[in-house]
Amino acid sequence: MSITFITFALIKALPGDPVLSLVGERANPETIERIKKQIGSDKDFLSQFLGYVGLLLKGELGRSHYTQRDVAKDIMEKFPNTIELAFGAMVIAVPFGIMLGFISAIYRGRFFDRLASIIAVGGISLPVFWIGLILMYFFSLYLKWLPPSGTGDIRFIILPAITLSLPAAASIARVARTTMLDIVEQPFIKTAKAKGLKNRDILFKHILKNALIPLITLIGLDFGSYLNGAVLTETIFGWDGIGRFMMEGIIKRDYPVVMGCLLVGTSAFVLINIAVDMIYHYLDPRVRINESAK
Amino acid sequence: MKALNKIAIGILVVIVLASVFAPLITKYDPVKIDLDSIKISPNSKHLFGTDNKGRDIFSRVLYGGRFSISIAFIAAIFSLSIGLAVGLLSGYYGKKIDMVIMMFVDLVLSFPSLLLAIGISVIFPSGIFTVVIAITAVGWASFARLIRGHVLSLKEQPFIEAARSIGCSDIRIILVHLLPNCLPLSFVFLGLKLGGYLLTESALSFLGLGVQPPMPTWGSIISLNRIYISSAPWTIVFAGLAIVLTVMCFNIIGDALRDRLDYASPGCRV
Repeated sequence: MSITFITFALIKALPGDPVLSLVGERANPETIERIKKQIGSDKDFLSQFLGYVGLLLKGELGRSHYTQRDVAKDIMEKFPNTIELAFGAMVIAVPFGIMLGFISAIYRGRFFDRLASIIAVGGISLPVFWIGLILMYFFSLYLKWLPPSGTGDIRFIILPAITLSLPAAASIARVARTTMLDIVEQPFIKTAKAKGLKNRDILFKHILKNALIPLITLIGLDFGSYLNGAVLTETIFGWDGIGRFMMEGIIKRDYPVVMGCLLVGTSAFVLINIAVDMIYHYLDPRVRINESAK
Repeated sequence: MKALNKIAIGILVVIVLASVFAPLITKYDPVKIDLDSIKISPNSKHLFGTDNKGRDIFSRVLYGGRFSISIAFIAAIFSLSIGLAVGLLSGYYGKKIDMVIMMFVDLVLSFPSLLLAIGISVIFPSGIFTVVIAITAVGWASFARLIRGHVLSLKEQPFIEAARSIGCSDIRIILVHLLPNCLPLSFVFLGLKLGGYLLTESALSFLGLGVQPPMPTWGSIISLNRIYISSAPWTIVFAGLAIVLTVMCFNIIGDALRDRLDYASPGCRV
Protein backbone atom coordinates (compact mmCIF):
# COMPACT_ATOMS: atom_id res chain seq x y z
CA MET A 1 0.00 0.00 0.00
CA SER A 2 2.72 2.46 0.92
CA ILE A 3 4.63 1.43 -2.20
CA THR A 4 1.50 2.17 -4.20
CA PHE A 5 1.14 5.63 -2.68
CA ILE A 6 4.79 6.60 -3.07
CA THR A 7 5.16 5.41 -6.64
CA PHE A 8 1.85 7.00 -7.55
CA ALA A 9 2.91 10.32 -6.03
CA LEU A 10 6.32 10.19 -7.69
CA ILE A 11 4.91 9.42 -11.10
CA LYS A 12 2.35 12.20 -10.84
CA ALA A 13 4.96 14.63 -9.56
CA LEU A 14 7.09 14.16 -12.66
CA PRO A 15 6.93 16.95 -15.17
CA GLY A 16 5.48 16.16 -18.55
CA ASP A 17 1.82 16.04 -19.41
CA PRO A 18 0.51 12.66 -20.59
CA VAL A 19 -2.24 14.38 -22.56
CA LEU A 20 0.23 16.48 -24.52
CA SER A 21 2.39 13.53 -25.40
CA LEU A 22 -0.76 11.68 -26.42
CA VAL A 23 -2.22 14.22 -28.82
CA GLY A 24 0.84 16.29 -29.69
CA GLU A 25 1.54 19.97 -29.08
CA ARG A 26 -0.79 21.29 -31.75
CA ALA A 27 -4.07 19.68 -30.72
CA ASN A 28 -7.01 22.02 -30.14
CA PRO A 29 -8.04 22.78 -26.54
CA GLU A 30 -11.34 20.89 -26.79
CA THR A 31 -9.65 17.61 -27.66
CA ILE A 32 -7.25 18.10 -24.75
CA GLU A 33 -10.16 18.73 -22.37
CA ARG A 34 -12.02 15.66 -23.61
CA ILE A 35 -9.02 13.39 -23.18
CA LYS A 36 -8.23 14.86 -19.77
CA LYS A 37 -11.75 13.88 -18.66
CA GLN A 38 -11.36 10.46 -20.18
CA ILE A 39 -8.15 9.58 -18.34
CA GLY A 40 -9.21 11.52 -15.24
CA SER A 41 -6.23 13.89 -15.03
CA ASP A 42 -8.57 16.89 -14.58
CA LYS A 43 -9.30 15.81 -10.99
CA ASP A 44 -7.05 16.63 -8.04
CA PHE A 45 -4.30 14.35 -6.82
CA LEU A 46 -6.09 12.73 -3.89
CA SER A 47 -9.19 11.72 -5.79
CA GLN A 48 -7.00 10.34 -8.60
CA PHE A 49 -5.14 8.25 -6.05
CA LEU A 50 -8.28 7.02 -4.32
CA GLY A 51 -9.74 6.15 -7.70
CA TYR A 52 -6.66 4.07 -8.46
CA VAL A 53 -6.81 2.27 -5.12
CA GLY A 54 -10.47 1.55 -5.77
CA LEU A 55 -9.47 -0.07 -9.07
CA LEU A 56 -6.78 -2.12 -7.33
CA LEU A 57 -9.28 -3.40 -4.77
CA LYS A 58 -11.44 -4.60 -7.63
CA GLY A 59 -8.38 -6.40 -8.97
CA GLU A 60 -7.89 -4.05 -11.90
CA LEU A 61 -4.99 -1.86 -12.99
CA GLY A 62 -6.85 0.58 -15.17
CA ARG A 63 -6.57 1.10 -18.90
CA SER A 64 -3.66 2.25 -21.03
CA HIS A 65 -3.93 5.91 -22.10
CA TYR A 66 -2.88 4.89 -25.59
CA THR A 67 -4.40 1.60 -26.56
CA GLN A 68 -7.34 1.71 -24.14
CA ARG A 69 -6.49 -1.92 -23.40
CA ASP A 70 -6.84 -3.36 -19.92
CA VAL A 71 -3.40 -3.08 -18.31
CA ALA A 72 -4.00 -6.06 -16.00
CA LYS A 73 -4.82 -8.24 -19.00
CA ASP A 74 -1.72 -7.10 -20.91
CA ILE A 75 0.48 -7.79 -17.92
CA MET A 76 -1.07 -11.22 -17.44
CA GLU A 77 -0.14 -11.92 -21.04
CA LYS A 78 3.42 -10.64 -20.82
CA PHE A 79 4.44 -11.58 -17.31
CA PRO A 80 4.64 -15.35 -18.03
CA ASN A 81 7.11 -14.56 -20.81
CA THR A 82 9.24 -12.58 -18.39
CA ILE A 83 9.12 -15.40 -15.82
CA GLU A 84 10.06 -17.90 -18.53
CA LEU A 85 13.06 -15.83 -19.59
CA ALA A 86 14.20 -15.19 -16.01
CA PHE A 87 13.88 -18.87 -15.24
CA GLY A 88 15.73 -19.89 -18.39
CA ALA A 89 18.58 -17.51 -17.58
CA MET A 90 18.87 -18.86 -14.04
CA VAL A 91 18.86 -22.49 -15.20
CA ILE A 92 21.97 -21.62 -17.21
CA ALA A 93 23.62 -19.15 -14.81
CA VAL A 94 23.40 -21.08 -11.53
CA PRO A 95 25.16 -24.37 -12.43
CA PHE A 96 27.76 -22.67 -14.63
CA GLY A 97 28.47 -19.92 -12.13
CA ILE A 98 28.78 -22.27 -9.16
CA MET A 99 30.94 -24.71 -11.10
CA LEU A 100 33.27 -22.03 -12.38
CA GLY A 101 33.59 -20.49 -8.92
CA PHE A 102 34.23 -23.76 -7.16
CA ILE A 103 36.72 -25.08 -9.64
CA SER A 104 38.69 -21.86 -9.47
CA ALA A 105 38.63 -22.01 -5.67
CA ILE A 106 39.95 -25.58 -5.78
CA TYR A 107 42.78 -24.57 -8.11
CA ARG A 108 43.38 -21.36 -6.18
CA GLY A 109 46.26 -19.29 -7.51
CA ARG A 110 46.97 -21.65 -10.37
CA PHE A 111 46.49 -21.08 -14.06
CA PHE A 112 42.87 -22.17 -14.19
CA ASP A 113 41.92 -19.88 -11.31
CA ARG A 114 43.47 -16.89 -13.03
CA LEU A 115 41.76 -17.71 -16.30
CA ALA A 116 38.41 -18.17 -14.55
CA SER A 117 38.81 -14.89 -12.66
CA ILE A 118 39.46 -13.02 -15.89
CA ILE A 119 36.46 -14.70 -17.52
CA ALA A 120 34.30 -13.73 -14.55
CA VAL A 121 35.44 -10.09 -14.62
CA GLY A 122 34.76 -10.14 -18.35
CA GLY A 123 31.28 -11.49 -17.68
CA ILE A 124 30.29 -8.69 -15.33
CA SER A 125 31.77 -6.16 -17.74
CA LEU A 126 29.68 -7.20 -20.73
CA PRO A 127 27.06 -4.82 -22.04
CA VAL A 128 24.14 -7.25 -22.48
CA PHE A 129 22.79 -5.46 -25.54
CA TRP A 130 26.10 -5.94 -27.32
CA ILE A 131 26.73 -9.58 -26.44
CA GLY A 132 23.10 -10.27 -27.33
CA LEU A 133 23.62 -8.82 -30.81
CA ILE A 134 26.88 -10.70 -31.26
CA LEU A 135 25.27 -14.02 -30.25
CA MET A 136 22.36 -13.25 -32.54
CA TYR A 137 24.71 -12.57 -35.45
CA PHE A 138 26.73 -15.71 -34.87
CA PHE A 139 24.01 -18.26 -34.12
CA SER A 140 21.07 -17.01 -36.14
CA LEU A 141 22.48 -15.03 -39.03
CA TYR A 142 25.79 -16.79 -39.60
CA LEU A 143 25.15 -20.39 -38.51
CA LYS A 144 21.35 -20.13 -38.92
CA TRP A 145 20.79 -22.49 -36.00
CA LEU A 146 18.37 -20.43 -33.97
CA PRO A 147 15.69 -17.82 -34.73
CA PRO A 148 16.99 -14.25 -34.20
CA SER A 149 14.02 -12.83 -32.33
CA GLY A 150 10.43 -13.27 -31.23
CA THR A 151 8.52 -15.33 -28.70
CA GLY A 152 7.57 -18.92 -29.37
CA ASP A 153 8.81 -22.46 -28.80
CA ILE A 154 11.94 -23.52 -26.92
CA ARG A 155 14.34 -22.46 -29.69
CA PHE A 156 13.36 -18.82 -29.25
CA ILE A 157 14.35 -18.67 -25.60
CA ILE A 158 17.90 -20.05 -25.92
CA LEU A 159 19.69 -16.91 -27.11
CA PRO A 160 17.98 -14.38 -24.83
CA ALA A 161 18.41 -16.73 -21.86
CA ILE A 162 22.14 -17.14 -22.54
CA THR A 163 22.53 -13.38 -22.97
CA LEU A 164 20.77 -12.63 -19.72
CA SER A 165 22.58 -15.39 -17.85
CA LEU A 166 26.15 -14.26 -18.62
CA PRO A 167 26.48 -11.38 -16.12
CA ALA A 168 24.59 -13.40 -13.47
CA ALA A 169 26.81 -16.47 -14.00
CA ALA A 170 29.90 -14.28 -13.68
CA SER A 171 28.81 -12.66 -10.43
CA ILE A 172 27.73 -16.04 -9.02
CA ALA A 173 31.16 -17.44 -9.91
CA ARG A 174 32.93 -14.59 -8.11
CA VAL A 175 30.84 -14.97 -4.96
CA ALA A 176 31.11 -18.78 -5.08
CA ARG A 177 34.90 -18.55 -5.23
CA THR A 178 35.33 -16.17 -2.29
CA THR A 179 32.74 -17.97 -0.14
CA MET A 180 34.35 -21.30 -0.71
CA LEU A 181 37.80 -19.94 0.12
CA ASP A 182 36.35 -18.48 3.34
CA ILE A 183 34.76 -21.76 4.33
CA VAL A 184 37.90 -23.80 3.72
CA GLU A 185 39.63 -21.71 6.39
CA GLN A 186 36.99 -22.54 9.01
CA PRO A 187 37.86 -24.94 11.85
CA PHE A 188 35.06 -27.40 11.05
CA ILE A 189 36.72 -28.25 7.76
CA LYS A 190 39.91 -29.08 9.66
CA THR A 191 37.84 -31.30 11.97
CA ALA A 192 36.29 -33.04 9.00
CA LYS A 193 39.75 -33.64 7.53
CA ALA A 194 41.06 -34.85 10.90
CA LYS A 195 38.19 -37.29 11.13
CA GLY A 196 39.49 -38.74 7.89
CA LEU A 197 36.52 -37.88 5.70
CA LYS A 198 37.04 -38.27 2.00
CA ASN A 199 37.70 -35.09 0.08
CA ARG A 200 34.55 -35.62 -1.93
CA ASP A 201 32.41 -35.85 1.18
CA ILE A 202 33.98 -32.72 2.63
CA LEU A 203 33.34 -30.85 -0.60
CA PHE A 204 29.70 -31.81 -1.01
CA LYS A 205 28.48 -32.16 2.58
CA HIS A 206 30.42 -29.44 4.33
CA ILE A 207 31.61 -26.86 1.86
CA LEU A 208 28.84 -26.83 -0.71
CA LYS A 209 26.04 -26.78 1.82
CA ASN A 210 27.56 -23.85 3.71
CA ALA A 211 28.39 -21.96 0.56
CA LEU A 212 24.81 -22.15 -0.65
CA ILE A 213 23.54 -19.52 1.79
CA PRO A 214 25.25 -16.41 0.38
CA LEU A 215 24.77 -17.79 -3.11
CA ILE A 216 21.03 -18.13 -2.65
CA THR A 217 20.81 -14.50 -1.55
CA LEU A 218 22.55 -13.42 -4.73
CA ILE A 219 20.51 -15.74 -6.94
CA GLY A 220 17.30 -14.49 -5.33
CA LEU A 221 18.26 -10.86 -5.94
CA ASP A 222 19.16 -11.55 -9.57
CA PHE A 223 16.02 -13.53 -10.19
CA GLY A 224 13.92 -10.82 -8.58
CA SER A 225 15.46 -8.13 -10.74
CA TYR A 226 14.86 -10.19 -13.88
CA LEU A 227 11.22 -10.46 -12.94
CA ASN A 228 11.11 -6.68 -13.10
CA GLY A 229 11.90 -7.14 -16.73
CA ALA A 230 15.18 -7.40 -18.53
CA VAL A 231 14.68 -4.27 -20.62
CA LEU A 232 17.73 -4.58 -22.84
CA THR A 233 17.52 -8.30 -23.54
CA GLU A 234 13.81 -8.07 -24.23
CA THR A 235 14.35 -5.13 -26.59
CA ILE A 236 17.04 -6.83 -28.64
CA PHE A 237 15.33 -10.17 -29.03
CA GLY A 238 11.84 -8.79 -29.43
CA TRP A 239 10.81 -10.72 -26.34
CA ASP A 240 7.29 -9.78 -25.33
CA GLY A 241 7.88 -9.30 -21.59
CA ILE A 242 7.02 -6.64 -19.04
CA GLY A 243 10.43 -4.94 -19.19
CA ARG A 244 9.85 -3.73 -22.73
CA PHE A 245 6.19 -3.02 -21.97
CA MET A 246 7.17 -0.83 -19.06
CA MET A 247 9.90 0.99 -20.96
CA GLU A 248 7.46 1.87 -23.72
CA GLY A 249 5.07 3.01 -21.02
CA ILE A 250 7.73 5.28 -19.52
CA ILE A 251 8.66 6.81 -22.85
CA LYS A 252 5.03 7.47 -23.81
CA ARG A 253 4.11 8.57 -20.26
CA ASP A 254 1.45 5.89 -20.17
CA TYR A 255 1.07 6.02 -16.39
CA PRO A 256 -1.36 3.13 -15.82
CA VAL A 257 1.05 0.84 -17.65
CA VAL A 258 4.08 2.04 -15.63
CA MET A 259 2.18 1.78 -12.34
CA GLY A 260 0.88 -1.69 -13.16
CA CYS A 261 4.30 -3.03 -14.16
CA LEU A 262 5.96 -1.50 -11.09
CA LEU A 263 3.37 -3.01 -8.78
CA VAL A 264 3.60 -6.47 -10.29
CA GLY A 265 7.41 -6.28 -10.44
CA THR A 266 7.89 -5.13 -6.85
CA SER A 267 5.38 -7.69 -5.56
CA ALA A 268 7.29 -10.42 -7.38
CA PHE A 269 10.53 -9.10 -5.88
CA VAL A 270 9.09 -9.20 -2.36
CA LEU A 271 7.70 -12.71 -2.91
CA ILE A 272 11.10 -13.94 -4.08
CA ASN A 273 12.71 -12.47 -0.97
CA ILE A 274 10.21 -14.27 1.24
CA ALA A 275 10.95 -17.49 -0.63
CA VAL A 276 14.69 -16.94 -0.09
CA ASP A 277 14.08 -16.49 3.65
CA MET A 278 12.17 -19.76 3.69
CA ILE A 279 15.01 -21.52 1.94
CA TYR A 280 17.46 -20.22 4.57
CA HIS A 281 15.21 -21.66 7.19
CA TYR A 282 15.39 -25.02 5.53
CA LEU A 283 19.11 -24.94 4.74
CA ASP A 284 20.59 -23.46 7.87
CA PRO A 285 19.69 -24.95 11.25
CA ARG A 286 21.24 -21.91 12.94
CA VAL A 287 18.47 -19.69 11.58
CA ARG A 288 15.86 -22.08 12.98
CA ILE A 289 17.48 -22.23 16.40
CA ASN A 290 17.75 -18.44 16.64
CA GLU A 291 14.09 -18.09 15.84
CA SER A 292 12.88 -20.64 18.39
CA ALA A 293 15.11 -19.05 21.02
CA LYS A 294 13.19 -15.83 20.57
CA MET B 1 47.76 -11.00 -9.98
CA LYS B 2 49.86 -7.85 -9.87
CA ALA B 3 50.75 -8.20 -13.53
CA LEU B 4 47.08 -8.20 -14.44
CA ASN B 5 46.49 -4.97 -12.52
CA LYS B 6 49.35 -3.31 -14.34
CA ILE B 7 48.01 -4.48 -17.68
CA ALA B 8 44.56 -3.13 -16.77
CA ILE B 9 45.96 0.27 -15.80
CA GLY B 10 48.04 0.31 -18.97
CA ILE B 11 45.09 -0.49 -21.24
CA LEU B 12 42.92 2.06 -19.49
CA VAL B 13 45.56 4.78 -19.88
CA VAL B 14 45.87 3.95 -23.57
CA ILE B 15 42.09 4.10 -24.07
CA VAL B 16 41.73 7.39 -22.22
CA LEU B 17 44.68 9.00 -24.01
CA ALA B 18 43.45 7.75 -27.36
CA SER B 19 40.04 9.36 -26.74
CA VAL B 20 41.52 12.62 -25.49
CA PHE B 21 43.93 12.93 -28.39
CA ALA B 22 41.53 11.51 -30.96
CA PRO B 23 42.09 14.33 -33.51
CA LEU B 24 45.83 13.59 -33.55
CA ILE B 25 45.38 9.85 -34.04
CA THR B 26 42.78 9.72 -36.75
CA LYS B 27 42.38 12.04 -39.71
CA TYR B 28 38.72 11.11 -40.26
CA ASP B 29 35.89 13.29 -38.96
CA PRO B 30 33.60 11.12 -36.81
CA VAL B 31 30.41 12.81 -38.03
CA LYS B 32 31.25 13.62 -41.65
CA ILE B 33 29.18 11.61 -44.09
CA ASP B 34 31.09 10.13 -47.02
CA LEU B 35 28.76 8.33 -49.38
CA ASP B 36 31.62 7.07 -51.54
CA SER B 37 32.83 4.70 -48.84
CA ILE B 38 29.78 3.01 -47.38
CA LYS B 39 30.11 -0.15 -45.28
CA ILE B 40 33.74 -0.88 -46.09
CA SER B 41 35.03 -3.81 -44.08
CA PRO B 42 38.10 -3.22 -41.89
CA ASN B 43 41.28 -2.56 -43.89
CA SER B 44 44.51 -0.62 -43.57
CA LYS B 45 42.83 2.69 -44.43
CA HIS B 46 39.75 2.26 -42.24
CA LEU B 47 41.04 0.23 -39.31
CA PHE B 48 37.58 -0.72 -38.00
CA GLY B 49 35.74 -0.28 -41.32
CA THR B 50 33.01 2.25 -42.07
CA ASP B 51 29.28 2.41 -41.36
CA ASN B 52 26.23 2.85 -43.57
CA LYS B 53 26.96 6.55 -44.04
CA GLY B 54 30.64 6.01 -44.80
CA ARG B 55 31.83 7.30 -41.42
CA ASP B 56 35.06 5.81 -40.14
CA ILE B 57 34.24 3.51 -37.19
CA PHE B 58 37.72 3.83 -35.68
CA SER B 59 37.41 7.57 -35.30
CA ARG B 60 33.80 7.25 -34.11
CA VAL B 61 34.93 4.82 -31.39
CA LEU B 62 37.75 7.17 -30.35
CA TYR B 63 35.50 10.22 -30.19
CA GLY B 64 32.71 8.16 -28.61
CA GLY B 65 35.07 7.28 -25.78
CA ARG B 66 35.28 10.97 -24.87
CA PHE B 67 31.57 11.08 -24.07
CA SER B 68 31.20 7.62 -22.59
CA ILE B 69 34.17 7.80 -20.22
CA SER B 70 33.70 11.41 -19.14
CA ILE B 71 29.99 10.87 -18.45
CA ALA B 72 30.82 7.86 -16.29
CA PHE B 73 33.43 9.88 -14.37
CA ILE B 74 31.27 12.95 -13.83
CA ALA B 75 28.31 10.82 -12.74
CA ALA B 76 30.57 8.90 -10.36
CA ILE B 77 31.88 12.10 -8.78
CA PHE B 78 28.36 13.53 -8.42
CA SER B 79 27.09 10.28 -6.89
CA LEU B 80 30.05 10.20 -4.53
CA SER B 81 29.59 13.80 -3.38
CA ILE B 82 25.85 13.46 -2.80
CA GLY B 83 26.29 10.06 -1.20
CA LEU B 84 29.03 11.38 1.10
CA ALA B 85 26.99 14.38 2.21
CA VAL B 86 23.82 12.37 2.81
CA GLY B 87 25.64 9.45 4.43
CA LEU B 88 27.63 11.69 6.79
CA LEU B 89 24.54 13.61 7.91
CA SER B 90 22.44 10.50 8.28
CA GLY B 91 25.10 8.52 10.10
CA TYR B 92 26.26 11.33 12.39
CA TYR B 93 22.92 12.75 13.47
CA GLY B 94 21.08 9.43 13.57
CA LYS B 95 17.57 9.18 15.01
CA LYS B 96 14.79 10.78 12.98
CA ILE B 97 16.98 12.34 10.30
CA ASP B 98 18.61 8.98 9.76
CA MET B 99 15.28 7.19 9.61
CA VAL B 100 13.78 9.55 7.03
CA ILE B 101 16.92 9.64 4.87
CA MET B 102 17.36 5.90 4.92
CA MET B 103 13.73 5.34 4.01
CA PHE B 104 14.29 7.49 0.95
CA VAL B 105 17.54 5.68 0.13
CA ASP B 106 15.80 2.31 0.37
CA LEU B 107 13.04 3.60 -1.86
CA VAL B 108 15.54 4.58 -4.56
CA LEU B 109 17.36 1.27 -4.23
CA SER B 110 14.14 -0.71 -4.48
CA PHE B 111 13.38 0.58 -7.97
CA PRO B 112 14.75 -1.37 -10.91
CA SER B 113 17.76 0.90 -11.51
CA LEU B 114 17.89 0.90 -15.30
CA LEU B 115 14.17 1.66 -15.52
CA LEU B 116 14.59 4.53 -13.05
CA ALA B 117 17.41 5.93 -15.17
CA ILE B 118 15.25 5.56 -18.28
CA GLY B 119 12.40 7.35 -16.54
CA ILE B 120 14.62 10.27 -15.57
CA SER B 121 16.23 10.63 -18.97
CA VAL B 122 12.78 10.79 -20.55
CA ILE B 123 11.77 13.76 -18.38
CA PHE B 124 14.66 16.06 -19.25
CA PRO B 125 15.75 17.13 -22.72
CA SER B 126 18.37 14.68 -23.91
CA GLY B 127 22.03 15.61 -23.65
CA ILE B 128 25.14 14.96 -21.60
CA PHE B 129 23.73 16.44 -18.41
CA THR B 130 20.54 14.44 -18.54
CA VAL B 131 22.55 11.24 -18.71
CA VAL B 132 24.70 12.40 -15.79
CA ILE B 133 21.58 13.26 -13.78
CA ALA B 134 19.97 9.92 -14.60
CA ILE B 135 23.01 7.90 -13.53
CA THR B 136 23.57 10.04 -10.43
CA ALA B 137 19.92 9.75 -9.38
CA VAL B 138 20.31 5.99 -9.28
CA GLY B 139 23.90 5.88 -8.05
CA TRP B 140 24.04 8.17 -5.01
CA ALA B 141 21.87 5.91 -2.86
CA SER B 142 24.31 3.02 -2.58
CA PHE B 143 27.13 5.47 -1.70
CA ALA B 144 24.94 7.05 0.98
CA ARG B 145 24.15 3.66 2.49
CA LEU B 146 27.80 2.61 2.54
CA ILE B 147 29.07 5.88 4.05
CA ARG B 148 26.31 5.91 6.65
CA GLY B 149 27.26 2.42 7.82
CA HIS B 150 30.90 3.45 8.02
CA VAL B 151 30.10 6.63 9.95
CA LEU B 152 28.00 4.65 12.43
CA SER B 153 31.04 2.58 13.36
CA LEU B 154 33.47 5.55 13.29
CA LYS B 155 31.24 7.59 15.57
CA GLU B 156 31.79 5.18 18.45
CA GLN B 157 35.58 5.42 18.27
CA PRO B 158 37.57 7.25 20.98
CA PHE B 159 38.93 9.98 18.70
CA ILE B 160 35.43 11.25 17.96
CA GLU B 161 34.59 11.21 21.65
CA ALA B 162 37.83 13.09 22.31
CA ALA B 163 36.97 15.66 19.66
CA ARG B 164 33.57 16.16 21.20
CA SER B 165 34.97 16.47 24.71
CA ILE B 166 37.31 19.27 23.74
CA GLY B 167 34.31 21.12 22.36
CA CYS B 168 34.49 20.63 18.60
CA SER B 169 31.30 21.66 16.83
CA ASP B 170 29.27 19.07 14.90
CA ILE B 171 30.32 20.62 11.60
CA ARG B 172 33.97 20.44 12.56
CA ILE B 173 33.68 16.82 13.63
CA ILE B 174 31.96 15.90 10.38
CA LEU B 175 34.30 17.81 8.07
CA VAL B 176 37.63 17.41 9.84
CA HIS B 177 37.33 14.06 11.58
CA LEU B 178 34.73 11.93 9.84
CA LEU B 179 35.07 13.00 6.22
CA PRO B 180 38.80 12.22 5.80
CA ASN B 181 38.23 8.81 7.35
CA CYS B 182 35.48 8.05 4.85
CA LEU B 183 37.54 8.99 1.81
CA PRO B 184 39.60 5.80 1.30
CA LEU B 185 36.48 3.65 1.43
CA SER B 186 34.69 6.03 -0.94
CA PHE B 187 37.42 5.89 -3.53
CA VAL B 188 37.50 2.10 -3.47
CA PHE B 189 33.76 2.01 -3.93
CA LEU B 190 34.08 4.59 -6.70
CA GLY B 191 36.50 2.27 -8.48
CA LEU B 192 34.10 -0.64 -8.13
CA LYS B 193 31.18 1.42 -9.43
CA LEU B 194 32.74 3.19 -12.43
CA GLY B 195 32.37 0.18 -14.69
CA GLY B 196 28.69 -0.07 -13.84
CA TYR B 197 28.14 3.61 -14.62
CA LEU B 198 29.79 3.21 -17.99
CA LEU B 199 27.50 0.25 -18.70
CA THR B 200 24.44 2.29 -17.69
CA GLU B 201 25.55 5.16 -19.89
CA SER B 202 26.02 2.89 -22.88
CA ALA B 203 22.68 1.17 -22.22
CA LEU B 204 20.92 4.56 -22.15
CA SER B 205 22.53 5.70 -25.37
CA PHE B 206 21.80 2.30 -26.89
CA LEU B 207 18.13 2.92 -26.13
CA GLY B 208 18.42 6.36 -27.78
CA LEU B 209 18.18 8.28 -24.50
CA GLY B 210 21.78 9.45 -24.19
CA VAL B 211 23.87 11.97 -26.08
CA GLN B 212 22.04 12.56 -29.35
CA PRO B 213 23.35 11.71 -32.84
CA PRO B 214 25.31 12.61 -34.88
CA MET B 215 27.80 12.79 -31.99
CA PRO B 216 28.92 9.22 -31.30
CA THR B 217 28.96 7.37 -28.00
CA TRP B 218 29.83 3.70 -27.73
CA GLY B 219 26.24 2.76 -27.00
CA SER B 220 24.78 4.78 -29.86
CA ILE B 221 27.28 3.42 -32.39
CA ILE B 222 25.96 -0.07 -31.59
CA SER B 223 22.35 1.01 -31.62
CA LEU B 224 22.54 2.90 -34.93
CA ASN B 225 24.22 0.00 -36.69
CA ARG B 226 22.02 -2.73 -35.23
CA ILE B 227 19.96 -3.04 -38.39
CA TYR B 228 23.07 -3.56 -40.52
CA ILE B 229 24.31 -6.41 -38.36
CA SER B 230 24.06 -9.01 -41.12
CA SER B 231 25.72 -6.93 -43.86
CA ALA B 232 28.28 -5.03 -41.73
CA PRO B 233 28.88 -6.76 -38.37
CA TRP B 234 32.17 -4.88 -37.82
CA THR B 235 30.18 -1.70 -37.21
CA ILE B 236 29.01 -2.98 -33.84
CA VAL B 237 31.85 -5.31 -32.87
CA PHE B 238 34.49 -2.67 -32.13
CA ALA B 239 32.37 -0.23 -30.14
CA GLY B 240 31.27 -3.16 -27.98
CA LEU B 241 34.85 -4.33 -27.50
CA ALA B 242 35.76 -0.82 -26.40
CA ILE B 243 33.02 -0.94 -23.74
CA VAL B 244 34.00 -4.42 -22.52
CA LEU B 245 37.69 -3.57 -22.35
CA THR B 246 37.18 -0.28 -20.51
CA VAL B 247 34.66 -1.68 -18.03
CA MET B 248 36.90 -4.70 -17.43
CA CYS B 249 39.84 -2.43 -16.63
CA PHE B 250 37.70 -0.38 -14.22
CA ASN B 251 36.52 -3.56 -12.51
CA ILE B 252 39.98 -5.10 -12.22
CA ILE B 253 41.40 -1.87 -10.78
CA GLY B 254 38.42 -1.56 -8.44
CA ASP B 255 38.96 -5.12 -7.18
CA ALA B 256 42.65 -4.47 -6.67
CA LEU B 257 41.93 -1.30 -4.69
CA ARG B 258 39.46 -3.16 -2.51
CA ASP B 259 41.94 -5.94 -1.79
CA ARG B 260 44.60 -3.37 -0.98
CA LEU B 261 42.32 -1.61 1.50
CA ASP B 262 41.36 -4.87 3.22
CA TYR B 263 44.99 -5.70 3.53
CA ALA B 264 46.01 -2.27 4.77
CA SER B 265 43.10 -1.54 7.07
CA PRO B 266 44.67 -2.62 10.41
CA GLY B 267 47.54 -0.19 9.93
CA CYS B 268 45.79 2.86 8.57
CA ARG B 269 43.66 5.34 10.42
CA VAL B 270 40.29 3.84 9.54
